[in-house]
Amino acid sequence: MNRISLIMAGVLATVMASLFGLVLIPDMQFEQMQPKELTVADGSTVVYPMPLDEYNEAPGKEVYRAMGCIYCHSQQVRPEGFGADIDRGWGQRRSVPRDYILQNPPYLGTMRTGPDLANIGVRQPSDEWHYLHLYDPQITSPGSVMPPFKFLYETTVGEKPDPPRGFSAIKLPDSYATEPTWIVPNQEAMNLVSYLKSLKQLFDVEDVQ
Amino acid sequence: MNQSESPGSPQKNFDTMDVGVRAEIDRSCREVVLFWYASSVFWLVLGSVLALIASIKLHTPWFLADAAWLTFGRIRPAHLNTMIYGWASMSGVGTLLWLMARLCKIPLPWREIMIFAGIYWNVMVALGTFQILIGNGTSIEWLEFPWWISIPLGAMFAILIALTIKMLRERREKHLYVSQWYLFGATIWFPFLYIGATILIHSPAAVGVAKGTANWWFAHNVLGLWLTPIGLASAYYFIPKVLGRPIHSYYLSIIGFWTLALFYNWAGTHHLIGGPLPAWLVTVGTVGSMMMFVPVITVAVNHHLTMVGNFSKLRVSPTLRFVVFGAMSYTLVSVQGSLTALRTVNETGHFTHYTIAHAHLGVYSFYTMIAFGSMYYVMPRLVEREWISSRLIKVHFWCCGIGIAMYWVGLSVGGWMQGTWMNNPDIPFMDIVGRMIPYLWSRSIAGTLMTIGHFAFAILVWKMLRREGEWLVEPTLFISRKEAAVAAAAAASQTTTLQQGAN
Repeated sequence: MNRISLIMAGVLATVMASLFGLVLIPDMQFEQMQPKELTVADGSTVVYPMPLDEYNEAPGKEVYRAMGCIYCHSQQVRPEGFGADIDRGWGQRRSVPRDYILQNPPYLGTMRTGPDLANIGVRQPSDEWHYLHLYDPQITSPGSVMPPFKFLYETTVGEKPDPPRGFSAIKLPDSYATEPTWIVPNQEAMNLVSYLKSLKQLFDVEDVQ
Repeated sequence: MNQSESPGSPQKNFDTMDVGVRAEIDRSCREVVLFWYASSVFWLVLGSVLALIASIKLHTPWFLADAAWLTFGRIRPAHLNTMIYGWASMSGVGTLLWLMARLCKIPLPWREIMIFAGIYWNVMVALGTFQILIGNGTSIEWLEFPWWISIPLGAMFAILIALTIKMLRERREKHLYVSQWYLFGATIWFPFLYIGATILIHSPAAVGVAKGTANWWFAHNVLGLWLTPIGLASAYYFIPKVLGRPIHSYYLSIIGFWTLALFYNWAGTHHLIGGPLPAWLVTVGTVGSMMMFVPVITVAVNHHLTMVGNFSKLRVSPTLRFVVFGAMSYTLVSVQGSLTALRTVNETGHFTHYTIAHAHLGVYSFYTMIAFGSMYYVMPRLVEREWISSRLIKVHFWCCGIGIAMYWVGLSVGGWMQGTWMNNPDIPFMDIVGRMIPYLWSRSIAGTLMTIGHFAFAILVWKMLRREGEWLVEPTLFISRKEAAVAAAAAASQTTTLQQGAN
């Protein structure tokens, strides 16, 4: 084994093989998938998955990325009989490749310090809940170890502020703040909440696959 | 022992290399290797501080929570990237250059270029870390640097590959030692993986979940095909070197190398078991992980049989103690990794701190400990001074050794419990969060210990660079040579007595 070229060829061949096997060949399979037209219960048709809207949800995904939410939250529901994801109410079905075809990149995640978010838009449709939770998770989820994101808000003590059009003021609960305190989420917080509310993996596996 | 070989000379004893030649090679490496080493220690200290902040945040979430750049989701990737690309990669390149020069028996060429490359690398890692902190990280694990940082970082390896090929071509020792294959392989693998994965993730070359598999193809291999080969190359060199005896088997080391090259890179998808992937893809990952038993057992047997009968030397040599600690951890982390790929184990361990513990067993207990051991051997030869304090080396070893043991046990047990509770839907999620707090505290305490060890090491390196130690008296060992000689004499007379008794 004293030939450099031989070692080099072997070294490159092995890693190329896994590149094809683990990434490029499965990619060919996913490239063929397109959003699918589905007929829902009331007879109307919908297209799934839908792209994020470019004004709120897509910028919100950027906030999700920039704040590093993925280090504590996954976005994938494991199948029935493998973990308790469905029993915990994290989804009505397992996640499948088609759920992610429009997500470049998908934030699948590998850690669940916090709960899975693949369907947080179904579980928590309330804007106010999200704003309070992001401002300080202790308000909505006492004992949480999620960091507060107060830097995404303007805070006013006393009179209810009059935020610019499109922004809303939310009152902190009395149990949390001794004086009447109002928070106004900034653009980033609003986008992030729009994105979180868009996270829904709907329809049956058979329909989606 | 005609199957055995030792670093630098296959069938002969080590000391055949002329002392003058060795000194010349060491002198040629001095500035370059010391620059890469010193930079790596800077990143080690910075990465440790970031790690501690991140760790504390997980049980005390309001700690340093008032600014976006200090939020957990930025500090954690900043820690990972400074450690991998700053500490581990830079110490690795330092050791790689020195080993290559020693094993090829030629002075290190292109010294100015490699110093420049070192400065460039530091600037890019600093810039990348800054980008993560200001919110431009990618949130793709292990690939958090923006693409315009990771591509130039990977491209620097063109120089390293060219340099390695040049050295191998011009080598004065015809026989290639196993460490040289590993090092050569690593210099090719890393840029291929880093640039390849960056392109796949940031361009339309892969869609949806394929970007996820590209992520784990990379993240798993950056340990397996970059840090692992450097760690093993070091272990293959320093264990026989310090013991003064050849490695047990040449053929085992060939099998170990090629099976690692063949199987390791297929194992990455075991990070996505249960995920939205075609079933065959997960199976491939599991099979690859199982096949990893072959290289791991091969290397373990080879190292162990080299050590047999010499374990008492662990009391004496800092290099040997750190390197053997690392080599043993390699066996442990690899066996654990293969088992983690089993669906039943993965069902519980996945998505928990169990995985974090496993990652630190690999990058820290295996790779980092070997890197420390290597630096304890190499630096005095470059600076021509000894380490100033045996006691500080002890502080370093015990803080890091106990620290990582505590870290691994705490998070493995905690993570396993976390997984068990999560798979029981009757336990509310918030209860699990609360129950994890003590385990997370144990990590902060373990991390503090390790950080203390790193500061001790940084002081040693600082004093070394300032040439404050002695030279040509005797090496700084855990016990002085006189004590060692007395102990050896006592052991010898004991053996004689035993033999006489047996007779």
